[in-house]
Amino acid sequence: MSVHSPNPGLILQSKRFHGLRNILEREGPFCKDGFAASPENLEFLQTKCQVLIIGAGGLGCELLKDLALMGFGNLHVIDMDTIELSNLNRQFLFRRTDIGASKAECAARFINARVPTCRVTPHFKKIQDFDESFYQQFHLVVCGLDSIVARRWINGMLLSMLRYEEDGTIDTSSIVPMIDGGTEGFKGNARVILPGFTACIECTLDLFPPQINYPLCTIANTPRLPEHCIEYVKIIQWEKQNPFAVPLDGDDPQHIGWVYERALERSNEFNITGVTYRLVQGVVKHIIPAVASTNAAIAAACALEIFKLATSCYDSMANYLNFNDLDGIYTYTYEAEKSENCLACSNTPQPLPIEDPNTTTLEDVIKLLCDSPRFQLKSPALTTVMKDGKRQTLYMSGVKSIEEATRKNLTQSLGELGLHDGQQLTVTDATSPTAMTLQLKYQSNEVEMV
Amino acid sequence: MSSPAPKSPELSDKSKKYDRQIRLWGEHGQTLLEAATVCLVNVTAVGCETAKGLVLPGIGGFTVADGSTVKEEDLGNNFFLDSSYLGKSKALACMQLLQELNPDVNGDYVEESADFLLANRPNFFDSFDLVIASNLNEQTLLLLAERLWELNVPLIYCRSLGMLGTIRLQIREHCIVEAHPDNRQFDLRLEHPFDALRDHLDSTEVTSKVPWLLVLHKYLNVWQKQQADGTQTPRNYKEKNQLKETIREEMKADEENYEEAIKAVNTAFGAGQVPKSLKAIFEDDACEQLNKKSNVFWIMAKALKHFVIHENEGHLPLPGVLPDMTANTDSYIALQHIYRQQALQDADQVYHKCQEYLKQLALPADSIDERSVRLICKEAAGLAVVRGTRIAEEYEKSSRLLPLVEDNELQGNLTAYNFALRAYERFLSECGNIPGECIVEQDIGRLKSIAAKMLSDLGMHATISDDVLHEICRYGGAELHAVSAFIGGCAAQEVIKIITKQYKPIDNTFIYNAITTESVTLKL
Repeated sequence: MSVHSPNPGLILQSKRFHGLRNILEREGPFCKDGFAASPENLEFLQTKCQVLIIGAGGLGCELLKDLALMGFGNLHVIDMDTIELSNLNRQFLFRRTDIGASKAECAARFINARVPTCRVTPHFKKIQDFDESFYQQFHLVVCGLDSIVARRWINGMLLSMLRYEEDGTIDTSSIVPMIDGGTEGFKGNARVILPGFTACIECTLDLFPPQINYPLCTIANTPRLPEHCIEYVKIIQWEKQNPFAVPLDGDDPQHIGWVYERALERSNEFNITGVTYRLVQGVVKHIIPAVASTNAAIAAACALEIFKLATSCYDSMANYLNFNDLDGIYTYTYEAEKSENCLACSNTPQPLPIEDPNTTTLEDVIKLLCDSPRFQLKSPALTTVMKDGKRQTLYMSGVKSIEEATRKNLTQSLGELGLHDGQQLTVTDATSPTAMTLQLKYQSNEVEMV
Repeated sequence: MSSPAPKSPELSDKSKKYDRQIRLWGEHGQTLLEAATVCLVNVTAVGCETAKGLVLPGIGGFTVADGSTVKEEDLGNNFFLDSSYLGKSKALACMQLLQELNPDVNGDYVEESADFLLANRPNFFDSFDLVIASNLNEQTLLLLAERLWELNVPLIYCRSLGMLGTIRLQIREHCIVEAHPDNRQFDLRLEHPFDALRDHLDSTEVTSKVPWLLVLHKYLNVWQKQQADGTQTPRNYKEKNQLKETIREEMKADEENYEEAIKAVNTAFGAGQVPKSLKAIFEDDACEQLNKKSNVFWIMAKALKHFVIHENEGHLPLPGVLPDMTANTDSYIALQHIYRQQALQDADQVYHKCQEYLKQLALPADSIDERSVRLICKEAAGLAVVRGTRIAEEYEKSSRLLPLVEDNELQGNLTAYNFALRAYERFLSECGNIPGECIVEQDIGRLKSIAAKMLSDLGMHATISDDVLHEICRYGGAELHAVSAFIGGCAAQEVIKIITKQYKPIDNTFIYNAITTESVTLKL
């Protein structure tokens, strides 16, 4: 806890809080049941409440400002990125002279200087650099991320912090609400997740737009779009010619220049028009368009939910807001439903149906875990406890020696690997800080039983 | 391996800085934004947040008008004021802190209130492309709105009070070429192939390597011959299924282009017609009666109309855009070429008509260039015109507001809030203090009688609930930063829409309730 003034009581009396105090110290007809209007509400925001902001980009900058001016006194911000020129059209805490500096540190410095009633602690780190003991110190976590994997990881972390009573119910004091914002161009969403209680990120994985993947044969043999030509250079030609003897770096203008020229050559060869420098950059870096206004609206919606949760002055939103201002301004709030068989928040091993254990290989299982909309894992590692009670690694790609030792398992069927119906597989993946448990469910057995 | 020095057109510094937004509104939208100047009337958090959303993307310039000085209570919710400016001009303070966001933008300020400017500097607002105002009292709002209506300067008026916010756009006429619809239907003309397309379709053999369009055309012909009544395209679910079956029967293996053709049956037909909204534009007086002062939009619209009716059998000019279709490169590119050539040809005819009109009106030929005509032809199906209403009209007894009342109640969840906020502004004008500033209970009664009189003067037989009025008084004039940030973000985007003439703005009142996270747009 930080104290900004020799006399914190005096700060709370300051005229700058005049408006907030009306909201927090007066009863109202629409307030949440049980809201106690009192000076203690503001005191809590100023002195006790700790909020973690993940990401100091477009949403993060806005969130820091919004929360600092909504009376919050203690904020932490994590971001591993440094500032780039193309951030400046919306990440308003950064200037041209800050390019190359840590986003988290620069943003924190700015807020601390502008808003004396708020202390921001920056962390120029990855979210994976911290463990449970770090995340446990916060009352609320808010995400302004562009990465789905990072969102899933944080979601998994907050779920792993839940404590359960003996009867299987959740100890409510272990809940750290997660508020998540996302934007793309003129569209955005904001949501409130009460881990274990309301729909989590994994319950609604299908809400994320699928990534565009062009078939390799189109790229190689029958290109029709400028994007096909660019992908060809990116995926095939770069590997082959290796012009700078390093992997392709989307931030290196020389690299982008080379890809642009080769893609242009290829497009001319096929009479395809439309290869531009901007398009090349967009395809190579998977650039998502972004404007200041959408970030401002979505971050504000998130900040309001944090304010409601922290002070109990109004009921929080249930639980998902869609925003779009392409045509007028449109908002729609609905309740995303918790999935009973969510891998992350159901707290029970989830069945993994297998058609036939004698024809299904381990590689098939891994492919299913990566491709199916339900799992969408990145590079899962699988372990299990064999009949003899020993834990065995079935496959792991992350560590070279283990990968080599377990590669042979990929082509074997589950039967050949000695895995029986009902056996539990422990799966770890970049999308979650904790392991999840899947239970093999052989369909052929059911047929036999009939 | 050696690579030649990059001869690629690397983007300019500015173009890199604004890259993420240029991908949305294009270089031409950015150019319009950089040429625009706006005025911010009254320094409030919501006003500053709106301005922030314009300074960051690089608006040409902004002028802040406010006659007051920075006080301690202003620091709590406004990020663009700080304690170093206590006692100094608010206009100066927020201008400087906003300008710091982007050195490309020109900032200016006048230390005068809106009331003073309206009374003493009547020409002050002439030069702005748009004016943003917020949290005024009723009297000042109406004076400002009327002046701007006369000057034909668009006004964005924002309110932010407690958990409530509104945006009202007042604009006489706004013409949009690029509406950027979310789901654009491809205009393929399969049912009315133009000559070059018909020749191509008739002379190309349908194999597993050609785009689905050729497959669909072939079996559409088969299907057409089966229709006793001479139906040209499948109109309903049953007929679409028949056509799908016809294709499926001829499919040998899992040919991708056949699969795609079957899928396309649902969406491939029906484009190229004149939609209702465009018909209204064609019939608009501004389109019928061109004059020397006509907006080039209307000149192009009239040329477009002439082309559609007299030169293209009622069809729109071809946009010339094809979706990607699995096919070999040559057959796809050949088809694409045919569509693009026809689009150029159509646009060329429209361009010549534009030039004819310009000549008749004795306007310079370069008033309209080929690029603009090609764009309007490509976007013809989505053209839109917004005709706004005066804010002051909402304060006059008129039949327009009456549909908002049914069974003696204001209809819609948020309608009551809009009128409650208006009553709040009248309270400011009439009583000279802020509702709920000191004693909430006392002011609820006064606000209630003001609201009742306001509604009855408007001929609206309805009341605003005590709870809503109590909530308004409970705020005691508090402007919450996060509500202002939400409204400011939205309002900035509406300004950008007006300036770039892209995307459809609100028409005309947006109401937001942060208690329930609900919003609605009313046409008032």
